[in-house]
Amino acid sequence: MLVSKKWLNEYIDIKDIDTKKIEEDMPLIGNEIEEITKLSSATNLVIGKVISCVSHPQSDHLHVCNVDIGDKELQIVCGASNVCANAYVIVAVDGATLPGGINIKKTVLRGVESNGMLCSLQEIGIQEKYVKEEFKDGIYLIDCSDEEIGKSALSYLELDDEIINFELTANRSDLLSMLGMAHEFSSLYGGEVKYPDTTYKTINDSTKNHINLDVKTKNCSLYVTKMVKDVNIKESPKFIKSRLIASGIRPINNVVDISNYVMLEYGQPLHFFDSDKLGNDIIVRMAKNEEKLKTLDNIDRILDDEDIVIANRDGAVGLAGVMGGASTEVLDTTKNITIEAAIFNPINIRNTSKRILKSEASNRFEKGIDYNRTKIALDRACHLLEKYADAKILDDYVIYSNIDIEKKIINIKYDNIRNVLGMNISNDKINEILSRLGFKYNINCDLLNIEVPSRRLDISIKEDIIEEIGRINGYSLMEGTLPFGSIKSGGISSYEKYKMDIKSYLISLGLYDVITYTLTSEEKSKQFTNDKFKNISVIDPLSDDKKVTRYSLIPSLLEVCEYNNARNINDVNIFEMSNIYYELDNKIVEKSICSCVMHGNYIVNNILKNTIPSSFYVIKGIIESLFSYLKLDGRYEFKNTELPKEMHPYRSASIYVNRKRVGLIGEVMPTIKKDTYVFELDIDALYDLKIRNIKYKEISKYPTIVKDMAFLVDKDFEASNIINLIKKNGTNILKNVSVFDVYTGTNIDENKKSISFKLVFSDVDRTLTDDEVMKIFNNIIDKVESTYDAKLRNQ
Amino acid sequence: MIDKELIKKIEEEIENISNACELNEFRVEYLGKKGIITLLSGKMKELSNEEKKEYGKELNQLKTNVTTKLEAIASKIREAELKKKLEEERLDVTLPGTYIPTASFHPLNRVIEEVKEIFISMGYDVESGPEIENDLYNFELLNIPKSHPARDMQDTFYITDEVLLRSQTSPVQIRTMLKNKEKTPIRIICPGKVYRRDNDDATHSHEFHQIEGLVVDENISMSDLKGTLEIAITKLFGSKRKLRFRPSFFPFTEPSVEIDVSCFKCDGKGCNICKKTGWIEVLGGGMVHPNVLKNCGYDPDKYTGFAFGIGVERIAMLKYEVRDIRDFYTNDIRFLSQFNAIEKGEDNVSK
Repeated sequence: MLVSKKWLNEYIDIKDIDTKKIEEDMPLIGNEIEEITKLSSATNLVIGKVISCVSHPQSDHLHVCNVDIGDKELQIVCGASNVCANAYVIVAVDGATLPGGINIKKTVLRGVESNGMLCSLQEIGIQEKYVKEEFKDGIYLIDCSDEEIGKSALSYLELDDEIINFELTANRSDLLSMLGMAHEFSSLYGGEVKYPDTTYKTINDSTKNHINLDVKTKNCSLYVTKMVKDVNIKESPKFIKSRLIASGIRPINNVVDISNYVMLEYGQPLHFFDSDKLGNDIIVRMAKNEEKLKTLDNIDRILDDEDIVIANRDGAVGLAGVMGGASTEVLDTTKNITIEAAIFNPINIRNTSKRILKSEASNRFEKGIDYNRTKIALDRACHLLEKYADAKILDDYVIYSNIDIEKKIINIKYDNIRNVLGMNISNDKINEILSRLGFKYNINCDLLNIEVPSRRLDISIKEDIIEEIGRINGYSLMEGTLPFGSIKSGGISSYEKYKMDIKSYLISLGLYDVITYTLTSEEKSKQFTNDKFKNISVIDPLSDDKKVTRYSLIPSLLEVCEYNNARNINDVNIFEMSNIYYELDNKIVEKSICSCVMHGNYIVNNILKNTIPSSFYVIKGIIESLFSYLKLDGRYEFKNTELPKEMHPYRSASIYVNRKRVGLIGEVMPTIKKDTYVFELDIDALYDLKIRNIKYKEISKYPTIVKDMAFLVDKDFEASNIINLIKKNGTNILKNVSVFDVYTGTNIDENKKSISFKLVFSDVDRTLTDDEVMKIFNNIIDKVESTYDAKLRNQ
Repeated sequence: MIDKELIKKIEEEIENISNACELNEFRVEYLGKKGIITLLSGKMKELSNEEKKEYGKELNQLKTNVTTKLEAIASKIREAELKKKLEEERLDVTLPGTYIPTASFHPLNRVIEEVKEIFISMGYDVESGPEIENDLYNFELLNIPKSHPARDMQDTFYITDEVLLRSQTSPVQIRTMLKNKEKTPIRIICPGKVYRRDNDDATHSHEFHQIEGLVVDENISMSDLKGTLEIAITKLFGSKRKLRFRPSFFPFTEPSVEIDVSCFKCDGKGCNICKKTGWIEVLGGGMVHPNVLKNCGYDPDKYTGFAFGIGVERIAMLKYEVRDIRDFYTNDIRFLSQFNAIEKGEDNVSK
């Protein structure tokens, strides 16, 4: 909401309040100010009269003018084509500044001295859209008399104004009017709000003789109409023009300008129909589906049955609350006007304007209108039309009303206000604030009965009153306190802790925690999985790559990897834990997964040549380390099965815990991205597993016996088969088994490989004998050889 | 008696030993089985008893003398060799060490963790809720009916007419209150991702993070909100920070406030960060609207509550001076690695 300070001063005396102070104070009562600007920031502009105007001897378009500025005559060179003798002009004299930091000084233009500048409105800071067509390409010619010569041009044109640009909260419909603003200033600075003149004479003819009103929809609760005759359409007086410009509305002619002026004054949008084009019938009804209407901006609109229209016998003539129709528009030839002041259902206007067009009027209708101002606003328009458009006002109104006019009374105890705010505000102070707000009240012991003025649509419950007292009193003196209540411990759920522990662990292993977007493209949402599910897609997405919620995090992480690689950051080791969403059996499933991408080097020392690049075994080592941390030792396996097509078929595995698939690990297909390793884990599935708390196990004081064995097996044979068998047959004295060598090459058939295992035996209670170990050891060898195509290698 | 010339020769030769090899040669020549000194004892049998005594003493002295000297030389040689070996092992200590992989929390998660810790210490539970929400929880029960203009303030991603990507963490308030069957007091915060139909630019992101706070109890007041946030903000931004409440409007709180913190860059004097006002807007909050309490089965005549919402990106951008919100989602390693460091913070002051 743009508020002209000069205009506002008509309704409340704020002349002496510094704009800087307003800028500081207003936000503290809830009204943010985006900026305060001058309507024109030019200085040293006076009105001059061109005495003579001749062509410049050295130029085909410049003129040399002698300009009377009251105390002297100035020779000024001017390039505008519309400059002529006897014109009254805006003169920027020596020492003047124009917007954009232009300083006017004496100068010589092609050999002729020039002592100032004749200005266009644009040059003094008025946006071109507000400038009348005839002055767009030249200087501005002022319509005035010799009396004004030498006086301040800004002051004469009423452009010596400041504009306060308020960024209002959505609930304060009352502040979308100068009068509402005046009340708000009054609540802050005191002072009385002066209402404008709404008086006028009427002629001996009744509006009722000319209008048949038929309101057919409950979505119009109030419709007031009146006719005026014989308007004289011309340019508005300059105070109206400058105030509209200050408010961001383009002046058109006196009649149209008055409808906008009154809307800005009262917050009640008005509509003027050309009575002769409208006819006698006014019907307010819902539009028919597909009904057509050409609006004032000459665009054909297609309506539906949620839109309210104003119609005459021939059909719709206006889109109620949003914009009038072209067929009944007020033009220069218009003589008689039918004025509409109405209230429409905010929800309908909101939907219509959202779909079709937002306007100053629709903005006010959708936020709510004070029913006490509807008729007064119409009267105000009549007053101005009589004064500035020579209108003759008909007697009477034609009114439809279906509105509950009920006083809003709120009862609240003084203590209640103090307790909720946690501030010690005296009863007197509360009373004073209510008075400044313009709220009437009675006091009943410790109880207040407050009558809320009808303009304050935002106030309906006692909490609203508490807020009013709080904001006008100001929170700056509020002392912070802490909630008083029983002390209890706070904390996070074991599920959140589990996830947090995993994240911390992965970070400790050198993987960066990253966050990427949930919304992705349909294509990416189907990658890295063979699962059957339905994607969740948003209606009307911002773009194709933000269309559905993702199922795998790997595509997002690969993008991060790619982004870094493109910037010469080769080593990218990252993970993300995030929720994914999808539909399964018509239900939305939410689950937490954790994914990792490794690319480039893991441990780096180029100088010593002992850099360890990321590889299948590095990323597997990370998973094994994590699983050990999660107490899953012995409960998981890696199998080369159920792999999505984006994974390398021979360098990837599905991860199973207790035979349930919980994720995947391995190398990404080189066709997607080379030398890149990933894992993805279903965190919820892992969390569901039962694990024991940590219990210390006594370390054996007795010596351990270490035995090695190596088997010759087929090249494709998986080592885990033998490990499992060793574990199964190792009895309780086998403490550990590990692979320490895999060998192919010399002395070995080229289709075979040798795998060497290290077995560690010990017992907590005694020293083991060689015999008992050998017995178990030999039994293991027998079992391996008889179960698999494996031969013990003799070392 | 032992030939004086021989003794002199031995001493001279010992003097000339300069390395392990010469030392060994000397040992063989003089002290070996057929060594010159060893052989000297053969002379004994030619001597009288008296002479034997004298000669034996001399010979022993010579042997001791030689052995001691050789020991000393051997020790010197060993030292020299060790020194040489160590010298050969010299490293360029200015070369970089092996890069051991290290990493850190994402800055947004770092802020979330910091905030969690502050509130847990004040007895808050950390709750979470689904990012795919019902309109009912995201809007309606929060006092934002279908036609409410406030729905414009947060243009939402809808999945169906009734299901959406949550536009705020506030639905977790609703879920927590509804879940509490006994309608006992509540103290929670809930961090999480939220979604709005904004085109991404330096200050907007269609996905971002919020931390919701909710306290419901008897006699909760606006000043409690202020005191609570004073603790949180001074822990995040330093003990000199002051809070300012500015009245505002949210449909789910009444009264509502925007909360500003005194500028930590200029200490309130006015700079570019605070746009010359001395204050920076950091969060919004207010007293829980009685309709919201009612919707969740809490009696607004008995209970009051406060709620607040912190924008995690906003806090992180201010705290770490990040200028572009998109940086959080690009995950440039050069960006992330800057958060792989500790911050000392301030000592806790009990109030």
